[in-house]
Amino acid sequence: MASVLVFIDVPGLPLPRASRELLTIARSLGEPAVASPRALGDDVLQALGEYGAGAVYEPAQALPDVLVAAKAAFLAAVVQTADPAAVLLGNSFEDREVAARTGIKINSGVITDAVAVAPDFSVTKSVLAGSYTSTCRVTNGVPVITVKANSVEPVPADNPSAPERHRLSVPDSGPAARVTGRTEKRDSSRPELSEARVIVAGGRGMDGDFGPVEELADVLGGAVGASRAATDAGWIEHSAQVGQTGKTVSPQLYISAGISGAIQQKAGMQTAKVIVAINKDPDAPVFEIADFGIVGDVFSVLPQATGEIKKRRS
Amino acid sequence: MQESKRPLNIVVLVKHVPDTQFDRHLSGPGHTLDRSESILSELDEYALEAALQLAEARGGQAAGNMVTALTMGPDAAVNAVKKALQMGAYQGIHVNDAALAGSDAAATSAVLAAAVRHAAGADHGLPDLVMTGMASTDGETSLVPAQLAERLQLAQITFASELEVDDDESGTAVVRARRDGDSFSETLEAPLPALVSVTDQANDPRYPNFKGIMAAKKKTVTVLSLQDLGIDPAQVGLDGAWTTVAASAPRPPRSAGTIITDDGTAGVALVDYLAARKLI
Repeated sequence: MASVLVFIDVPGLPLPRASRELLTIARSLGEPAVASPRALGDDVLQALGEYGAGAVYEPAQALPDVLVAAKAAFLAAVVQTADPAAVLLGNSFEDREVAARTGIKINSGVITDAVAVAPDFSVTKSVLAGSYTSTCRVTNGVPVITVKANSVEPVPADNPSAPERHRLSVPDSGPAARVTGRTEKRDSSRPELSEARVIVAGGRGMDGDFGPVEELADVLGGAVGASRAATDAGWIEHSAQVGQTGKTVSPQLYISAGISGAIQQKAGMQTAKVIVAINKDPDAPVFEIADFGIVGDVFSVLPQATGEIKKRRS
Repeated sequence: MQESKRPLNIVVLVKHVPDTQFDRHLSGPGHTLDRSESILSELDEYALEAALQLAEARGGQAAGNMVTALTMGPDAAVNAVKKALQMGAYQGIHVNDAALAGSDAAATSAVLAAAVRHAAGADHGLPDLVMTGMASTDGETSLVPAQLAERLQLAQITFASELEVDDDESGTAVVRARRDGDSFSETLEAPLPALVSVTDQANDPRYPNFKGIMAAKKKTVTVLSLQDLGIDPAQVGLDGAWTTVAASAPRPPRSAGTIITDDGTAGVALVDYLAARKLI
């Protein structure tokens, strides 16, 4: 059986859901192999084996500052050695750039934003901000496919494998940027927006107070999102923005609070499985796409829902 | 201080895209996008503004700086270049060739790489900076900037929310930028020549004023064909693409569900709804 190479750029445990999803998809297409741009510990190797990884490729020497140029040079080298039937990556900005550069190095087509990959490697993706679905294929080289989070339910392999470790020397990746400083932001206890299964998002109607949004997100174990109006007003950091110029998300549940739902915001969230909208304006466009809508005040509905969930759990 | 800084040659990629304010449609054998109702991609304005600010900080066009707006596309795509010239770009380049229709990211990056080299002039080889928006608002793949950097072997900084170019004592210039992720913020540095993509947080793009609109009429837009760039037409367009779209369909419209008006218990009703669907 041909191998399907999964690029996983995570050093630690537990394996993130997005990585487990990629391995689950890879297993449905062939024998999963992993390309990791950092050396992995034995415990991580074992965790990859639980999801069926047969081979794990690492760079023989640590990559310089691990930015995309070096990662792409590494991944291209792995593809040349492992000769996989396809390469899967996540859909983060950085993974897409690694995919883009790898595609040029190995003369292969790249498809982003996949939500499903069929056994013949045809890819289903949503385009035009979720308003169209298309089926496409790579027609040249080894298909390089970046897959959106929450595309499948991650499932461990029936029989765990013991991955074989391979070390590769990486060719020089040419001129590259380097990281000169890095600050972690506080509160990383919440899931990443693009991977979250539940998102509670606030907009102009939150009027500067994101407290009720954050409290509901936390009780649901979800991420906090925002409309552009809310991030532009500085009520919450820009990275929380969902929409045309922010992140496109497809969670199981999207709760929209005080967001009118103009086309720019809709573009970022209309592929959510279930949409709940709360807005005091009954004519807000968001109600046209909401599965459950509440015409009401966010400052009474959100805290009441948060309190009710806590009560039912106690 | 300012006089000692050497001028910069900057190429800004601009794209003519369907206005996102309207419904957009895919059609034809290649499932390509209907491009009537198109405008300069909003996200490209931030790249142009950043380029103009860098050039102006070094004395602008009079001091030998160059800001070139480069696009690739059919006849109407020149409107993206014209808008860029009205905003303040110094000159424009429009790669226009019938064979380009339906090009994917790989083909587009190959053509743009040749055009960037052309824009830099014979004696340079590469401009100091190639600048792009964070994504196109139509294709949304964000592949082209990274593929262009790969093809031109440029250092790459993407999603910059702040940037500056600094000359060090030895006379070599570096670009420094800040990038904000979900859980971190980082500073990056790259040697020139470099490719930088900027986010919509980088600046507030200027509006073309009357003077700018009049001045743009006198600026040059060079039209280049594939032959001018030495590219084989078989390598581009739908036929030269490395990816193909087999089918496309509009997503079934979401229909409105249950709408209730809060009578004081809507928060509880919401929890009932979520519980019934096993979402909590």
